[in-house]
Amino acid sequence: MTATAEAAPTQVIPLQDRPPRRRLTPYWLLLPGLAWLVVFFVVPMVYQASTSLQTGSLEQGFQLTWHFSTYWDALSEYKWHFVRSFGFSAIATLLCLAIGYPLAYTIAFKASKRWRNVILILVIAPFFTSFLIRTLAWKTILSDSGPVVETLNALHLLSLTDAIGLTTGQRLLATPLAVICGLTYNFLPFMILPLYTSLERIDPRLHEAAGDLYARPFTTFRKVTFPISLPGVVAGTLLTFIPASGDYINAQLLGSPSEQMIGNAIQKQFLNVLDYPTAAALSFILMALILGMVTVYMRKAGTEELV
Amino acid sequence: MSRIVKWVRAHLVVLAGVLALAYLVLPNLVVLAFSFNKPNGKFNYEWNEFSTDAWTDPCGVADMCGSLSLSLQIAVLATIGATVLGTMVAFALARYRFRGRGGATGLIFLPMAMPEVVMAASLGTLFLNMRIPFGFTTILIAHVMFCLSFVVTAVKARVMSMDPRLEQAAQDLYATPVQTFLKVTLPLAAPGIAAGALLSFALSFDDFIITQFNSGPTTVTFPMFVWGASQRGIPVQVNVIGTAMFLAAVVLTVVGQWVGNRRKAQA
Amino acid sequence: MTEQLREAATAGGDVRLTGIGKTYGAFTAVQPLDLTVPQGSFFALLGASGCGKTTTLRMIAGLEEPTSGTVLIGGQDVTALPPYKRPVNTVFQSYALFPHLDIFENVAFGLRRRGKKDVKKQVEEMLELVELGPYARRKPHQLSGGQQQRVAVARALINHPQVLLLDEPLGALDLKLRRQMQLELKRIQTEVGITFVHVTHDQEEAMTMADTIAVMNGGRVEQLGAPADLYENPGSTFVANFLGQSNLIPAEVTGSADGSLLLSAGGARLAMPKARCATEASSVYLGVRPEKITIAGADSEVAEGRNRITGTVVDSSFIGVSTQYVVRAETGQELAVFEQNMDRDTRLTPGAPVVLHWNPAHSFGLDAAQAIDAGTGEAAA
Repeated sequence: MTATAEAAPTQVIPLQDRPPRRRLTPYWLLLPGLAWLVVFFVVPMVYQASTSLQTGSLEQGFQLTWHFSTYWDALSEYKWHFVRSFGFSAIATLLCLAIGYPLAYTIAFKASKRWRNVILILVIAPFFTSFLIRTLAWKTILSDSGPVVETLNALHLLSLTDAIGLTTGQRLLATPLAVICGLTYNFLPFMILPLYTSLERIDPRLHEAAGDLYARPFTTFRKVTFPISLPGVVAGTLLTFIPASGDYINAQLLGSPSEQMIGNAIQKQFLNVLDYPTAAALSFILMALILGMVTVYMRKAGTEELV
Repeated sequence: MSRIVKWVRAHLVVLAGVLALAYLVLPNLVVLAFSFNKPNGKFNYEWNEFSTDAWTDPCGVADMCGSLSLSLQIAVLATIGATVLGTMVAFALARYRFRGRGGATGLIFLPMAMPEVVMAASLGTLFLNMRIPFGFTTILIAHVMFCLSFVVTAVKARVMSMDPRLEQAAQDLYATPVQTFLKVTLPLAAPGIAAGALLSFALSFDDFIITQFNSGPTTVTFPMFVWGASQRGIPVQVNVIGTAMFLAAVVLTVVGQWVGNRRKAQA
Repeated sequence: MTEQLREAATAGGDVRLTGIGKTYGAFTAVQPLDLTVPQGSFFALLGASGCGKTTTLRMIAGLEEPTSGTVLIGGQDVTALPPYKRPVNTVFQSYALFPHLDIFENVAFGLRRRGKKDVKKQVEEMLELVELGPYARRKPHQLSGGQQQRVAVARALINHPQVLLLDEPLGALDLKLRRQMQLELKRIQTEVGITFVHVTHDQEEAMTMADTIAVMNGGRVEQLGAPADLYENPGSTFVANFLGQSNLIPAEVTGSADGSLLLSAGGARLAMPKARCATEASSVYLGVRPEKITIAGADSEVAEGRNRITGTVVDSSFIGVSTQYVVRAETGQELAVFEQNMDRDTRLTPGAPVVLHWNPAHSFGLDAAQAIDAGTGEAAA
């Protein structure tokens, strides 16, 4: 410090710490919401874990007996339900990605501003119509004498799907394909919206820049657009796969008993058989499997912060 | 011929997009068409005869309109509850750094990463164990619980994108913390809060799985009515309601956007 | 309007900072400093980003709590007061205009919060003063950058603050508009007489507008003074390099005569006024501004008593009003020379041997213990 006029510190007076009221503000804001989640989300999970280890009946009451074999029994009885759940959901998720990406891309880059809004409304509006009603509409669309079945039959495509086990008896209803079709349809908006959000942020000039740097349109997509949209892909696949794997409505309405998924089993055990330990064990297994898969998937995809 | 091939190749993405859109809208069109059907038998799956009977008498089916009003009540209350609680949480997470913030964020994320049936069964187990009778209250509790996270996500995104200098400017211009919140923060966060509330309403109104596990014998929401009807026989009026909801949603969004655009244009 | 603002100004707008400092954990943003901004002055805090100038301003506004020290405004201790109770207003960086309110409501915001009546007349007068009358019902995003800037000023000034704080108020404007707004702000300040405290990283902006500049670096006030004074007599290499451009030549003091220090740099013998040397050390930097140096062909006559260094032209660039030369001097450094384009010597092309000479009175001296490139933008932070 040289010719500085008034820059030498005289005395340092430490300020008293602000009253702790302000430090507590976030906790007061969090309290009601988090308390709600703890009481009605976390505590039930714990209850469920305990219920899955109980034995007894509705009349005599249930006791915690650390009855782990409920898990083995449930797994051996319902292993194909789990396989179908994850299989159907995985296929439906891939189909959603294949169908949803071009649409999201069209809205983000190809549509004029006016059309963009129209299409977005059409994507979101089904949210506001009871999805049960819309799923039932698929019964009409896929019905045995309907135009879809007739067209596919004329093209001999149903023989093909029959051969690989996706359909049976030259029909669509009450087949795995119908369930997959319903799942794909129901969760498609959950794929499109995150995809659109991540695509919309991309500056169209990036495409021009890639083109300027000798990338063909497809290379531009592979090297620029798709990598940037990856967070949307990850979010979309999770938002599709997770609810689809626990769904039982599509399997119930569009499938036959041999297409039942794990959700159907839990629903039956809980609401009809009233075997709460088995229902609890099944949903616990489902939860553990999904959390495991989601963790591995998010590690691989390298996206942590989605919330 | 080659010109057609060229055109198709150039517009491949848009064509695929249009097909996807058709796939999305097709069921709504079927619901619309079959609301004018006069079915032959209990089920409304096959076309029989044109009729406007269902449209002229939408509440002609026993219990249907009652279930509709129950669903609306629950959706409104659940939306209010989830929006208030969720907005508070969102502000805490977006505006403060504090101990336990990561844990709170994780807890908010978890319900969205959980299949509905798992939450439904576990909450049902809790109510059973606590001997709390299933009914209106249990449904409402469940709906607030699963809508909360969606509100937090919507509001938090909005609050994070708000320039903190705007609130500082308000304080600099003599606004007390309360005035700052009411005059600046809340109006700026409003689009996010509205989005969260709208999403809550839609999710709650349309929820079936969680409701089925947590409702009592007398509390039949509209989705539960449809579910029951799908086993016994579906009245055409269900399609009328479905179509009316779809059209109302489209009209509301269009009007909302139109008003928004006009405001922007004239102000 | 102007009269009312003048009244507010005479109410006393001295800003006194005593021992004020700010640390974030282990990081010190502002080292405890004392500073007095006299009532009615246009005061600039100048420095590169991260030097603590904005933090200092925000502590005056009350938007940042000081870790130590006190803030006095017009004799009143406001350290513990929240921003909404302080008699200061801020023009924020990128303005922070409320996007959901129109221009009228933005300007009226402060008056309404204080429960003032007759808002309409005052706001209209204020908008007239900043020439935005017809835009009262527009939204901020419908205005150009320069107009938004004027709204931000109006929104602050209408409250008759004792002190107006400006945080990089012109940073978002393009060069031409920035020049125009500099003059405009200066005009408003002279007209209303309110104390302005202005934070900027643009040294030309600070010199154009301010009466007094505090150059900040690394959380400290490096030097304080009137613009011309700082420019002619920098107290450190940082100020010499940050404010304009300087040639710093390492030299050894060999003696003194007639109030002058005699120096030796490389082979050259140089001199400078003793009064302009900021250090007693024997190892010094001799500083000279590029525009004070005359450049001439190596065979030219140089008058007796001038500092004289020979060298070779490395680069010359023609920039209209002047030509800028880079010359590798015999002492080893590259020196910059700005020569007005009156009689351009066409022989002064790269490679040409030249002689540089200047009046010794135009030299200044700095302690050579400092980094020679501090404040050039090339120095490691």
